[in-house]
Amino acid sequence: MLFKSRNFDNADIALQAESLTVALPDTPGQPQVLKGIDVTIRQGETVCLVGESGSGKSVTSLAIMGLLPEALKVANGKINLQGQNLLPLTQAQMRELRAARVAMIFQEPMTALNPVLRVGDQIMEVMELHTRLGQSERRKRAKAIMEQVHLPDVDRIFRSYPHQLSGGQRQRIMIAMALVLEPVLLIADEPTTALDVTTQKQILSLIDELQQKHGTAVLFITHDMGVVAEIADTVYVMKHGEIVEHAPVEQLLRHPREEYTHKLLSAVPSLSPRDPRPAGSEVVLSVERLNKIYGGGGILRKLPQAHAAKDVTFTLTRGRTLGIVGESGSGKSTVARCIMRLIDPSSGRIMLDGSDIASLSRGALRPHRKKLQVVFQDPMRSLNPRWTIAQSLIEGPLNYGTSRRDALAEAKRLMGVVGLPEDSLNRYPHQFSGGQRQRIAIARAVMMRPDVLVADEAVSALDVSVQAQVLALLDQLQQEFGIAIVFITHDLRVAAQICDDVIVMQRGEVVEHGPAGEVLGAPAHAYTRALIDAAPGRDWDFQNFRSMSETENAQPA
Amino acid sequence: MAQDTQPASAMQPLLRLIRLPNFGIAPKIAALVLLVIVVLTLLAPWIVPHDPLAMDPLVRLKGPMEGHPLGTDNFGRDILSRVLIGGRLSLAIGIATAIVAVALGLVIGMVAGFFRTADAIIMRMMDALMAIPSILLAIALVALNGPSVGSVIAAITIPEIPRVVRLVRAVVLAAREEPYVEAAIALGSSMPKILIRHLVPNTLAPLIVQGTYILASAILTEAILSFLGAGVSTETPTWGNIMAEGRMFFRIKPELILYPGLMLSLCILAINLLGDAARDMLDPRLKKRAG
Repeated sequence: MLFKSRNFDNADIALQAESLTVALPDTPGQPQVLKGIDVTIRQGETVCLVGESGSGKSVTSLAIMGLLPEALKVANGKINLQGQNLLPLTQAQMRELRAARVAMIFQEPMTALNPVLRVGDQIMEVMELHTRLGQSERRKRAKAIMEQVHLPDVDRIFRSYPHQLSGGQRQRIMIAMALVLEPVLLIADEPTTALDVTTQKQILSLIDELQQKHGTAVLFITHDMGVVAEIADTVYVMKHGEIVEHAPVEQLLRHPREEYTHKLLSAVPSLSPRDPRPAGSEVVLSVERLNKIYGGGGILRKLPQAHAAKDVTFTLTRGRTLGIVGESGSGKSTVARCIMRLIDPSSGRIMLDGSDIASLSRGALRPHRKKLQVVFQDPMRSLNPRWTIAQSLIEGPLNYGTSRRDALAEAKRLMGVVGLPEDSLNRYPHQFSGGQRQRIAIARAVMMRPDVLVADEAVSALDVSVQAQVLALLDQLQQEFGIAIVFITHDLRVAAQICDDVIVMQRGEVVEHGPAGEVLGAPAHAYTRALIDAAPGRDWDFQNFRSMSETENAQPA
Repeated sequence: MAQDTQPASAMQPLLRLIRLPNFGIAPKIAALVLLVIVVLTLLAPWIVPHDPLAMDPLVRLKGPMEGHPLGTDNFGRDILSRVLIGGRLSLAIGIATAIVAVALGLVIGMVAGFFRTADAIIMRMMDALMAIPSILLAIALVALNGPSVGSVIAAITIPEIPRVVRLVRAVVLAAREEPYVEAAIALGSSMPKILIRHLVPNTLAPLIVQGTYILASAILTEAILSFLGAGVSTETPTWGNIMAEGRMFFRIKPELILYPGLMLSLCILAINLLGDAARDMLDPRLKKRAG
């Protein structure tokens, strides 16, 4: 079965928000963050709220929980939970209601759990506050729910602290806490965004399984269309605080009514790899048996070692893109930072335009820095907030003796190339959106006319539509300047769209290496296959509004 | 984020400090009191009625009288003149200490924060320095070098440096991991350039706050050292020296200690209130809570 799309017309309504309006009463003009939205969730149904950042999806969930920040106020509308309006309730009444009838799980389980309490005690605390169960009964219930979320070795984990668990285990604990009192409604705010794909898959199927068992209504907030395709019954698309459209999942993915939904879906990168470009002959970067070992120091006894990168070898020719994919902890960022010489490799060679930069001193490295530039993941932090864009852009060229006037002229030109107005140069980073900032960061790197650009998760923090634009920009710059790109990502869809060759890394080792079409199309290694299997929505061709099998059948043989 | 917000420049903390937004009445009164004290002591040589060192055996230990608004001490010297002139040196030592401590602490803290090998050595030295009681250290330094203004400043500055170093190091340690610093490395900027242009501006706001606390505590320490006889030479009038001399006649003429003590307390209270206001203003976390 491709979609869940069950029919819930006859089920009881769990939650209904009617013309819910949330405003900023203390801001001049009293701007509205939510502009009268209507959402209905029935018993046992999974409703996905999708939208890009700033669309108001999280505000919706916080309004339902009665957890809006001070500055935001519900200006109008109703929130009915099983027919009871929540808005007139006092803080104390809301507190009774939370966990018992409406529960929430968050994106980052590490910060949502108390780091100094054992997880078992945290689950029991929920029952202590909301039930009159005795100590031993609470313990029994806590362990039972931990069994239900499929935690291994329940007795040990019951006594563990959050930092002793993996990300997936922590999210399971959060789910256990949320469901232990069997709430009517579970709100999940991007619960799998911080997790690796393979873990994400497990958590999604866990939520699904528990929902079927307990008949919980689920409000699932996500930006990821793939996740929507996997789990949604009904989808609500949000934009600028309004519901653009809502429909059963298959109908929405097949026949989106609104232009915006259409755009959002076509921006989802396809999992099928791009056509490879002709292989160049001029090798600009070659890495040979690169190793990075952390730890192992210590004066009196040897400290434990971590082999973050093991014998990594690859070559990159001019104008091509090499993707390094893997989950967190696979060592892909370590490799990137070694190439950039932001950290020193333990052994191996990094040949940049024919010279080995792996063991050069800071001073000897300087002339080579120019040829090797980087774009980071977080566009908020990769530009100095106290500097104007012009200052940031010309910093590099000034270091290598370009005159200020020439550098400024080039900066002005590149602003045009990356699609920003010229007067951007005199503004500060906080005046731009995330996508614009990433363009600026790319422009800063291109100012140096590098041979190799290292993009470390450069589009992971961006919304899909912006992501598509930034990927297109990278492609365009690559053609114009012949830059070779090392593209680090955890997202196979992005990798499929931009890479000519792909390296798959697991626990510091390269498990598969080859042309993108081969690695992603016909993976040889079990781990690569697991990664591709776990990619959410892999059976759906979002651009063409049909399933992958239909696409395959439609292609002329 | 709104388009019309102020650009974040390195000068911004200073500008905000000057604009003194609504932080209640206390910082404003403090600023006024401090301003009056500073103006009076700065103009002291031209406005005081008497030479602070001139003795007049005919008017010893007198109360307020014509020509001596606050009375005279045991040598017949004018108390008002001595307190105002004495304030000059007290304030000067305080300001010099704050500047020297912040400047040295900034440089040492930068080095400790940015270079890992230097860090271990520097911070152990700072730990050692912090383990010595500061008054004892100051007394020892003055005893070694003799009671000059320079050695008093050095004596008060050295125990303050570790606190500044820790502060700067913490800021630098956090900021050096920022991607924009790594990007600057990739752009080929030299280490000194990265330190001065990317990292120093981050330390300004906390340093302004710390500077006011050092200023207040330096004025107090100077007074304590003088009172203990370990400060500048006893003939020079400073608030501490005046109080030390007045100690012997405290029972018959408490004003000898009252006036310099009052100036000292007002001055320190005012500086600390201003420092608190600056901290509230510059600490984004506190500001969020207030908003």
